[in-house]
Amino acid sequence: MTVSLSLLVAAAVLAAVGGTLLLTRSLTRILLGAVVLGNGVNLLVLASTGSAGDAPLLYPHVIRNRVTDPLPQAIALTAIVITLATTAFLLAMAYRSHQVTGSDEISDDTEDRLVALRAEFLDRRGELRDRYREDRADGGTSPEQRARYRDARRRLRKRVREERAYQARANDVSGNLWNDILGADPEDYREGRERGTTDATGRPGPAPARVAGPSNDPEETGREPDSRPGEDSCHPSPDQPDDPGGAGTEGTR
Amino acid sequence: MNALVPLPVLLPLCVTGLKLAIGPRLQRFQRFISLAVLGAVLVLSVLLMIAADRHGPLSVHLGDFAPPIGITLVADRLAGLMLTVSSAVTLLVHVYSLGQGMADRDDQTPVGVFHPAYLILVAGVSCTFLAGDLVNLYVGFEIMLVASFVLLTIGGTATRIRAGSTYVIISLFSSVLFLVAIAMTYAFAGTVNFAQLAGRLQEAPDGARTLLEAMLLTVFAIKAAVFPLAAWLPDSYPTAPAPVTAVFAGLLTKVGVYSMLRTQTLLFPGHRLGDLLMLAALASMVVGILGAVAQTDLKRVLSFTLISHIGYMVFGIALAGRGSISGAIVYVAHHITVQTTLFLVAGLVERRDGTTELTRLGGLAKSAPLVAVLFFVPAMNLAGIPPLSGFIGKVGLMRAGIDNGGGWAWALVAGSAATSLLTLYVMAKVWNLAFWRDAPPGAEGEGVVLESAGDEPGDDGDDEEDEGDPAAGAGRGLPVPAGAVVSAGLLGQSITTTKRLPWPMLLATGAAVALGLLYTVLGGPLTTFTEAAAAELLARTPYIEAVLGR
Repeated sequence: MTVSLSLLVAAAVLAAVGGTLLLTRSLTRILLGAVVLGNGVNLLVLASTGSAGDAPLLYPHVIRNRVTDPLPQAIALTAIVITLATTAFLLAMAYRSHQVTGSDEISDDTEDRLVALRAEFLDRRGELRDRYREDRADGGTSPEQRARYRDARRRLRKRVREERAYQARANDVSGNLWNDILGADPEDYREGRERGTTDATGRPGPAPARVAGPSNDPEETGREPDSRPGEDSCHPSPDQPDDPGGAGTEGTR
Repeated sequence: MNALVPLPVLLPLCVTGLKLAIGPRLQRFQRFISLAVLGAVLVLSVLLMIAADRHGPLSVHLGDFAPPIGITLVADRLAGLMLTVSSAVTLLVHVYSLGQGMADRDDQTPVGVFHPAYLILVAGVSCTFLAGDLVNLYVGFEIMLVASFVLLTIGGTATRIRAGSTYVIISLFSSVLFLVAIAMTYAFAGTVNFAQLAGRLQEAPDGARTLLEAMLLTVFAIKAAVFPLAAWLPDSYPTAPAPVTAVFAGLLTKVGVYSMLRTQTLLFPGHRLGDLLMLAALASMVVGILGAVAQTDLKRVLSFTLISHIGYMVFGIALAGRGSISGAIVYVAHHITVQTTLFLVAGLVERRDGTTELTRLGGLAKSAPLVAVLFFVPAMNLAGIPPLSGFIGKVGLMRAGIDNGGGWAWALVAGSAATSLLTLYVMAKVWNLAFWRDAPPGAEGEGVVLESAGDEPGDDGDDEEDEGDPAAGAGRGLPVPAGAVVSAGLLGQSITTTKRLPWPMLLATGAAVALGLLYTVLGGPLTTFTEAAAAELLARTPYIEAVLGR
């Protein structure tokens, strides 16, 4: 069997491009990757015919052994249809992801992320404290140093809060059935966000208000809205009794 | 009798079409035909199994096109048994899902999505079990996968979309790999029909055979969630609604195991990647169960035990002796049922208390004794406590390993014993936390801070600095946001909790538990049957003759 080299090279290039795109985080790129990869593999399936011959139509006077093998073509056709279906689904999912979280990026496994985040947080805080203590042992700290230390800690906490808000949002169960199934009109969505019944868009940052909607009752979900804009500087925590009303919000997570 | 073979695929597909044509009207009728078609598939599967047992494998060339051109469906003992177990489980899960009130909300949605997708999933699963060639196996996988995409992301909440994207991309990649394997097989052998391949691959060069074997094994290992390729599973399964997770856990991974079993025995007898498979089996068992030990959410615990116990089946396939294949088949049947049952119970717990997070549960043995019993029996079954079917499967596998006597086989026997003990430990932990202890004080409504980022007590050196900072120590409590898994019903709304559980859910779960016990009662006939199935698989001639004619 002789195989066309150009077909194989084209298949390899397409597969390489598709594979690379598949490794990215954005669902839209992954979608493109899936399409390109699928096409590359379809070429490979066609290449398994060997060298091309006559069209596989069995009209009179056709010489049977010069006809191209039609079976790989049938397989490729099946594969094309399946790729189409998957592509359509991925497209819908990318759109939905954009609608719900404001981006079509795939976030990490939540559990993995929590473990990593906690380790990183503890490390960084320990590091900061050690450095600060060293400074103090070296003969007192200047107000400037103290301010810098406080600043660094604040930044660290802010990052943790953002992360937490992001995850809380990613975990949310939206209350609006129709919007969940059909996807809301942009108008509805804006309105809903003001009322606080649908998911807000936007990447990590001070989390927009997530006031519980009708069916997003904290009694049911055991959860309450995370942080609100404006509460940026002060995120309540259970072991911080000097913060008014803090324990109530935090304890429900 | 041969004419019955395509029906387990055709019936659900036809009914799906009918349901989509009817649309959201006639809810009662829709529910009735769903149940009727699943019942019919179960009856058909039993008939096929009995016929295959009595008269040897049944095969059909669709449209009377001979292989390699036509599509071939084959039902032998293995396929018959798998079909029977899977259709029994899908029927039970369907009853359960009706009980969960999922179907009731269909009138609020534009098109009832759950039921059509579920039936297509059933058709896809049947198609893979009956497939007589690689392409048809691929198509069966795809039918199943596309339906599973829909079921996994149903409702389109953020969590499910996130979990679904991982799942879809992994599935997509494995499908593409499968297609490459098909193209290469065709280039080598000029056919994709299993029976023809069985003969022709013998003559293929060694390197080519090993390459094909490795590719197919990789594809099926991704589907079956064998250890190094299993990371997608605990990430994506727990977010789906309980019945969906249950049917996925029961069937989807086992379809991968089935394909592995089929191709390893039929296409690559005396395979050379056996050692690699044994290593994968050992790693799956041990790493999976250690993962389960670390989890605090019931659904995630179960997902990890699922990975771990896939290792047992791969163990049986890797040894490739008659006893080990038979043990693997028993184990597949047992595990489909038990894993599904456990996820159904997790659904009951979620329904009752709104969470499956073990730190928040407690006192269920007192407050819901029936659920406790329904959990306890399959949990012990999974761990392999003697009279139950898990024990039968494990003993079969271990005996096969000892008979084999190789170093790897002994390592696997030791690994499987350790895994079994750890499974018991995990199940006891779940039992103690969720069922046996008193309900934790914060369990009602207000929730609990799950973990805290242990601030060391000697943190007094810079306290005066912290005083000046209003948000000092905000990271101390570092509460985990809901442990990633949120209870949500089919349509993505937060789940409605009821202290009185709907009777169809309890009935279905109870029936699934009973099915698990039935394997024990019918232990003798079951092992005789699987012995025969294993002999048939290893002999290969009955299958090849049934497809190609004598």
